[in-house]
Amino acid sequence: MSFAFILKTAARDARPSWRRLLFTAGSVVLGVAALVAVGSFGRNLQQELDSQARGLLGADLEVSVRGTPLPGAQAVLESLGGERSEEKAFASMLVFPGRDGAPDRSRLVTVRALDGAYPFYGDFVTEPAGARAALGAENNVVLEETLLRQFGVAVGDDVRLGQKTYRVSGALRQIPGESAAVALLSPRVLIGQAALEDAGLIGPGSIVRHKTYFKFPEGTDVEALVAANRERLREQRLGYDTVAERRQELGDALDNLNAFLALTGFVALFLGAVGVASSLQVYLRGKRATVAVLRCLGASGRTAFGVFLAQGAALGLGGSLVGAALGVGVQRLLPLLLADFLPVDVRVAVAWGEVARGVLIGVVLTLLFALLPLLAVRRISPLAALRAAVLDTGGRDPWRWFIGAGIAVAVTGFAIWQTGDWRLGLGFAGGLAAGLGLLAGLARAVVAITRRLKLASAPYVWRQGVANLHRPNNRTTLLVLALGTGTALLLTLFLTRATLLEQLRGVGAEGRPDLLFFDVQDDQVDGLRELLAREGTPVLAEAPIVTMRLQALRGVAVEDILRDPSSDIPSWTLRREYRSTFRDRLTDTETLVSGEWIPSVDDPDGIVPVSVEQGLATDLRIGLGDELLFDVQGVPVRTRVASLREVEWRRMSPNFFVVFPAGVLEPAPKFHVLASRADNGALSARVQQAVVADFPNISVIDLTLVIETLDRIFGKAELAVRFMAMFTLATGVVVLGGALASGRRQRIREIVLLRTLGATGRQLAGIQLVEYAVLGLLSAATGGLLAVGANVALAVWVFESAPSAPWTAFAVAVPTVTLISLVTGALAGRGVVNHPPLAILRRAGD
Amino acid sequence: MSSSAAAAAPAAPILEVANLTQTYATAAGPLTVLDDVSFTVPAGGTLAIVGPSGSGKTTLLGLCAGLDRAHSGGVRIAGEALEKLDEDGRARVRNAEVGFVFQNFQLIPTLTALENVLVPLELRGERGRESDALALLERVGLAARADHYPVQLSGGEQQRVALARAFINDPKLLFCDEPTGNLDAANARTVTELIFGLNRERGTTLVLVTHDPELAARCDRTLRLRGGRMVDET
Repeated sequence: MSFAFILKTAARDARPSWRRLLFTAGSVVLGVAALVAVGSFGRNLQQELDSQARGLLGADLEVSVRGTPLPGAQAVLESLGGERSEEKAFASMLVFPGRDGAPDRSRLVTVRALDGAYPFYGDFVTEPAGARAALGAENNVVLEETLLRQFGVAVGDDVRLGQKTYRVSGALRQIPGESAAVALLSPRVLIGQAALEDAGLIGPGSIVRHKTYFKFPEGTDVEALVAANRERLREQRLGYDTVAERRQELGDALDNLNAFLALTGFVALFLGAVGVASSLQVYLRGKRATVAVLRCLGASGRTAFGVFLAQGAALGLGGSLVGAALGVGVQRLLPLLLADFLPVDVRVAVAWGEVARGVLIGVVLTLLFALLPLLAVRRISPLAALRAAVLDTGGRDPWRWFIGAGIAVAVTGFAIWQTGDWRLGLGFAGGLAAGLGLLAGLARAVVAITRRLKLASAPYVWRQGVANLHRPNNRTTLLVLALGTGTALLLTLFLTRATLLEQLRGVGAEGRPDLLFFDVQDDQVDGLRELLAREGTPVLAEAPIVTMRLQALRGVAVEDILRDPSSDIPSWTLRREYRSTFRDRLTDTETLVSGEWIPSVDDPDGIVPVSVEQGLATDLRIGLGDELLFDVQGVPVRTRVASLREVEWRRMSPNFFVVFPAGVLEPAPKFHVLASRADNGALSARVQQAVVADFPNISVIDLTLVIETLDRIFGKAELAVRFMAMFTLATGVVVLGGALASGRRQRIREIVLLRTLGATGRQLAGIQLVEYAVLGLLSAATGGLLAVGANVALAVWVFESAPSAPWTAFAVAVPTVTLISLVTGALAGRGVVNHPPLAILRRAGD
Repeated sequence: MSSSAAAAAPAAPILEVANLTQTYATAAGPLTVLDDVSFTVPAGGTLAIVGPSGSGKTTLLGLCAGLDRAHSGGVRIAGEALEKLDEDGRARVRNAEVGFVFQNFQLIPTLTALENVLVPLELRGERGRESDALALLERVGLAARADHYPVQLSGGEQQRVALARAFINDPKLLFCDEPTGNLDAANARTVTELIFGLNRERGTTLVLVTHDPELAARCDRTLRLRGGRMVDET
């Protein structure tokens, strides 16, 4: 038989059922749309990063150090040549003066004091434009745009930083290369370095990040320059970033985001392909007679298979093309959803490569899944044309295994392609199999339960509706899978967010600190203590802080370790400025893991026994008894690890990597951190206000604000993920609709028969209503169970906290999914109830 | 007309058909498939409707059972005029007064044999009649297959389940549409005996459409159709 015959017969055979086939093809539309949208958007983003590469750093080279630079650092910086611009970044409290007698308000911000012509490439996006240039000598500040909105401040108004008043000269919208999300917790405030004088903002102990930006003459090989000076930079504990590195870092981060969104979209496509297979199975059941007749007329099993394979391929191609077109449209929404996380503005353009890729994946996956029911076509006996009850020949079909393996390879291959990491790819494929397997298992269990349900006392409509879920040829498992996956994804997101927030709230649980004051100078401790007591928020914890650097580790100089290419110690642990404390006891956020806690020493000049945080000890590859040499502001102090501690970092208390015993560091220059509890927002605001008024250099971290901010960040991140997860739920709805449409003929036959036996329209509608309501309920319940399981697993193994169980999520999810199921059922079953009963005779009579 | 029934008092008609005409609109203009048909069937009587394919037999049966609305004319079942009822009203009449047996059995594939038999009772909200349904299945020789689904039964067995279902609500009228048309000779004999046996036992009125002259001959009367018109009544 010719290929032309196969195509012609496929087209002719599909003619009367094109609506059903269209519905079936619809299952893959959304999945392909998701892939094309994410892929195309990702490509645009990468192109944007390439075209703005230098603007992402604003310079050719950025060199930075956290804390006070080493004495030789300046000489190294100057030796690099080129034009320089400096930045000092630190936390501070910004005060918004109250108007008309209203009290002042304050907010923790990150002050970035700039000098020189940075950014050398590109410009900050401000309103009005060019506000960066106006920072100059005048007391101008440019505030993060959100601050202006939040505090009702306009350009031209005054704000206070430290002891000095500044004039707001503009609103900061974007710094190329930085995403707005990072500034949510601590909004950015730009000022000129000259304007920093007399503000009293930077005192001893203030954590200042110093950055130097370089612009080199055109043609300078910056990578070579950096390579030549790498050792000198490391010796001075200076970090650096070139344009290529920044481009790479941003690209990698965005690739990860893209892969994550694409994989979420892929779940929708996978589910759609399962839906196609299921609908085709029902469709092909009705084609037995056609196949048998074709076989009787001389068609081979292969030809018959070819006819329906052509239909399957057309389904995949049609659905994927429509999906691709939809994806191109949806792509326009992604930049809006992700705006706060993107380091650049993205121009939307169609990436044809991504469109082709989405269509290819859609067609391949649909065909692979379609092959599962299609295989049976080869085995339909021509005898079936004579007797409906003829069994198909042969036992199990080994091709099913090949196709199963093909699907596994395709899914894993796609995930590896997308993530560029075979472990992640395997993990995704395994996770998908486990998740769907678990959901299918749960669905089957629930179906088994409905079968055993004793509904004898329930009305007939109820019993019939529920019974439809477990009758032969039911597709309850598929439909629960289809709706349940989307529900599970969305609920997991919601529950995870709730667990994380709950964990944060636990930080400030009854009696625990929720306000942290830092940069407190030696001579301010008593005053601050009094003030807090006066305000009714007494100090709950207090720690002195002494800054120091690690000089040698087990007798080897840190510089030598940094230079050693074979060293696997993370360089940040060696370069950083340590902020250590001293005390004679453990706090309630610490647990001794090993060694001996030594409260105090009498001989400050001997080897000092210190306690090291367990994670840091692992990073530094040190254990009990190992020696560490610290440079405490010019004075070398020999120490040995006497104990290891586990620290609960999440608690809002002064926590430390290294704790010294009492009796050593007392004479060293130090500052303090204090913690207290305000309990309510009004009191918290008042206390912060009072502290900032009396001690302008002190910064306050307010736990309530942290929680609010993180909630907002989660919310924004969740929005994008939820958007992708919605594709899965929507696909579930399409699969549900497709399954109902493909089972419509059987449904009509049953309904017409019941009509003939005397069922009223109300009873028929009731049966359908009950069936879809229970289906929705089961989907929400199984999806919910899976989400709860996933949330417990994440909470226990990833976040290490108690899982949260907000029942409101279920209270919303259950009726919503039930309603979706009901509406879909009602739409797909439209007109079925009103089918005239006479049809029952027409099937048999004249 | 049954001679025994006629010898006693003439029974009141359970089915009255008066000037029944059915017309369908087609592209070529209106098509009359049933033309001015009138007859009555007394309670307990048996009537065979015969005729060549396309003569209007099934249309007539459908209208008699209230499965469709007639273009003109009327049908009364137990004195109730079907044309005055809406679809739900007619469904109620069918559920209360009528039983059906179809050529292709028409069992609900998703229900077991027992559940299929119970459907007419359950539709009217009756409970606890499993023993009656089992007794009927016993009567048709299928008590042991009560839990089987239609797909697990042979054609003859499916038709016997359909018979049990048709009699479960003690219908006054049983409509059979080619009840043996899809069965082999042995099964056809069994089913025929069951139809007439149950009909006698329960005093049900029987209206059947058939091509089978032997089956028609067992009825009190035979009504012959051709081209939608009644051409003969014996």
